[in-house]
Amino acid sequence: MRCDYACGSFDHLQARRKFMGSLASGATLGGLGVLTRPLSAEQLKRKQKHVLVFNMAGGLSQLESWDPKPSTATGGPFRAIPTSVPGIHISELLPKTAEQMHHLALVRSINTQENDHGKGSFMMQTGRAQMPGVSYPKIGAVAAKALSDNQNSLPGHIQITPGGGGNRGNDSAYLGPKYSSVVLGNGNPPKNSQRPESLSEEADQRRNELRRRMNDLFANRRRTAMTDAYTASYEQALDLMHRREVFDVTKESKKDQDRYGSHDFGRHCLLARRLLERGITFVQVTHSNYDTHNENFNFHLEQLGEFDGPFATLVSDLASSGLLENTLIVVLSEFGRTPNINQYFGRDHWGKAWSVCLGGANIQSGAVWGATNAQGTEVSENEVDHGHLFHTYLQAVGVDTTESFDIDGRPMPIADPASEPIKDLLS
Amino acid sequence: MKLPMSAAAADPKKVKVVKEFVHDSPLIACRFDPTGQYVVATSQDNKVLRWDLESGEKVEYTSHDSWVRGIEFSKDGKWLITGGFDGQLAWWDLSSTSTEPARKLDAHEGWIRSCHSSPNGQLLVTGGNDNLAKIWNLGSGELLHTLSGHEKNVYSVAFHPTLNCVLTGDLAGVVNEWDWPNHQVTRSFDAKALHTYNGGQRVDFGGVRSLAISKDQKQLACGGLHNASNPLGSVHDPLIVLFDWESQEVTKSLIAPDLKGGIWRCLYHTAGFLFAASGGSSGGYLLFWDMESEKDIHRLKLPHLARDMDLHLDGLRIATSHYDKKLRICSLAPQD
Repeated sequence: MRCDYACGSFDHLQARRKFMGSLASGATLGGLGVLTRPLSAEQLKRKQKHVLVFNMAGGLSQLESWDPKPSTATGGPFRAIPTSVPGIHISELLPKTAEQMHHLALVRSINTQENDHGKGSFMMQTGRAQMPGVSYPKIGAVAAKALSDNQNSLPGHIQITPGGGGNRGNDSAYLGPKYSSVVLGNGNPPKNSQRPESLSEEADQRRNELRRRMNDLFANRRRTAMTDAYTASYEQALDLMHRREVFDVTKESKKDQDRYGSHDFGRHCLLARRLLERGITFVQVTHSNYDTHNENFNFHLEQLGEFDGPFATLVSDLASSGLLENTLIVVLSEFGRTPNINQYFGRDHWGKAWSVCLGGANIQSGAVWGATNAQGTEVSENEVDHGHLFHTYLQAVGVDTTESFDIDGRPMPIADPASEPIKDLLS
Repeated sequence: MKLPMSAAAADPKKVKVVKEFVHDSPLIACRFDPTGQYVVATSQDNKVLRWDLESGEKVEYTSHDSWVRGIEFSKDGKWLITGGFDGQLAWWDLSSTSTEPARKLDAHEGWIRSCHSSPNGQLLVTGGNDNLAKIWNLGSGELLHTLSGHEKNVYSVAFHPTLNCVLTGDLAGVVNEWDWPNHQVTRSFDAKALHTYNGGQRVDFGGVRSLAISKDQKQLACGGLHNASNPLGSVHDPLIVLFDWESQEVTKSLIAPDLKGGIWRCLYHTAGFLFAASGGSSGGYLLFWDMESEKDIHRLKLPHLARDMDLHLDGLRIATSHYDKKLRICSLAPQD
């Protein structure tokens, strides 16, 4: 997906690979990496853990969402409303989310000091600052590697994007393409995952049998870990094609489709629920676009008006089904927006004092971490950054972030060793 | 400031800033009162401000819980009625020294974006983010009718000066004509040129931000913006779409070449021209068109971006409200 930012940045462009082809190569490389010390049962507990990220592309305004400052010079026209947690108020643009606040928590003291879309996104998605020549895996790839069941033929890292497309992301760095995101452009099933109509089922079976025989012949003489991985990846892809309906949101009940709404974001949220219920480890839903240099208030009214209902419905559903106990929810952006309201009724980029919302898994429900000053211009309590958040997300789903991945014998820390989680947010 | 001329003497090419009133917060909307003594503005600190045009005395009215876009008056100038983004309508008695509202009521779910009183002064129409327009008894505050039918936020409302109808314009560029007193949509004008859906940014933008009916009542002007190549980044051009009232055909599309911005308000002048306040990345402008050309015949670059505009009853003074916390008065008089 290409995200059109108001300021003309073209970040987030991801390298494209054909889904089926990349799935094959992914198994080859990704399968080689394991933790230096395998995660213990205690670390991951017994139940499958999940991570659900909402990426508010462009930079959600903290003042119009999680940290309102009504009736101040920076507050803008929207008011604050009470939530289901006494004492916590959020913007009136999120009335349904407010009713779910007892399942959620807020971090209101983020200072990433980064106002660039690409760099901010990198920091929030990898937990590290971007440096030339250094690549780190995004949270989805890390979660998929650390938490996914290797026997599951479904991909562990899914991104649901608002636009078209549907290939594979280039976001797993040294973890290998097995953990790269499978992008469901506009919530559509993975590309090339449907047998072409021109190919009969019988013919498809025959060609797969031929492939297996040739693989066996080759393996008899030259079997390596790499050829095994290739073979496994094709079988995984075939299995995925048989389970394609996992990605088909129209299989959900009419009642649920109505509850989530017929617009794209509602459909994407329902698809996210479907994927989580079927064992996908990591799902990211992107909602666009919050880069509101112009008419910030009209556009947040529009965008959060669309976000609020489906998001709150999803939180409520996950809580009702019990899945929220094992699912971390994060609503993040690359940065917040300026307290100052510019001459176009807009707000600009602001990494100095902003917020994220999170909840589920081992996050303390109804908690608020940190604060900003009266006009939201600076963090006034318990300042944190992307590093703290990255540790917190992963520890909330049982990953020991002081561990490292073993990449071809080289230990690669799961999270920035110089940082640590927000322990008070973890239950 | 001497302005002895009649409105007919107004000369767009002589327009200039002649006075400024200063507040301590950016201004939003502005209107002259019907007596011609005051100018009222609203500001980002949720206040309603009234300046005496001659003495410059400022009175602050504080009651709204949000910004205010809608400003209207009773015909005699006794009552100021404001419609806020808090969804409330407030009545203020300008003849008293009180700065508390005499009446306040919940009018819309969400923002009130526009208010306008009927020609006889008995009714008030409001429009807002609940996609509704509402007709009120201006004197008593009683809700008389709710006009339901828009699918997007109602951005602008106006009573026709002589016919029994109300016009309402929305974000999508739909202008509905509601007959009076049946409250049904009798006609719709297609002003979708003023609406943009940007697929890359996934946003709706624009809308009918101003409605004006020509003095001869043969034209309807709808002001807003177009060519919104980057809505989130304020890259768009001002546009006024002129309709023939009877046929509903678009007769002209008024533009301001090489100027980036949008029309916040447009008005017809009795001297035969149409003018507008524009604000955007090119700055703030007063723009003037004759009835012949689609391009503006004259433009005044204001010291800062304009967000609203009104014409004094003398036809020779224009008020503009600005982000730089100033209310400016411009003169159209051919000489001072």
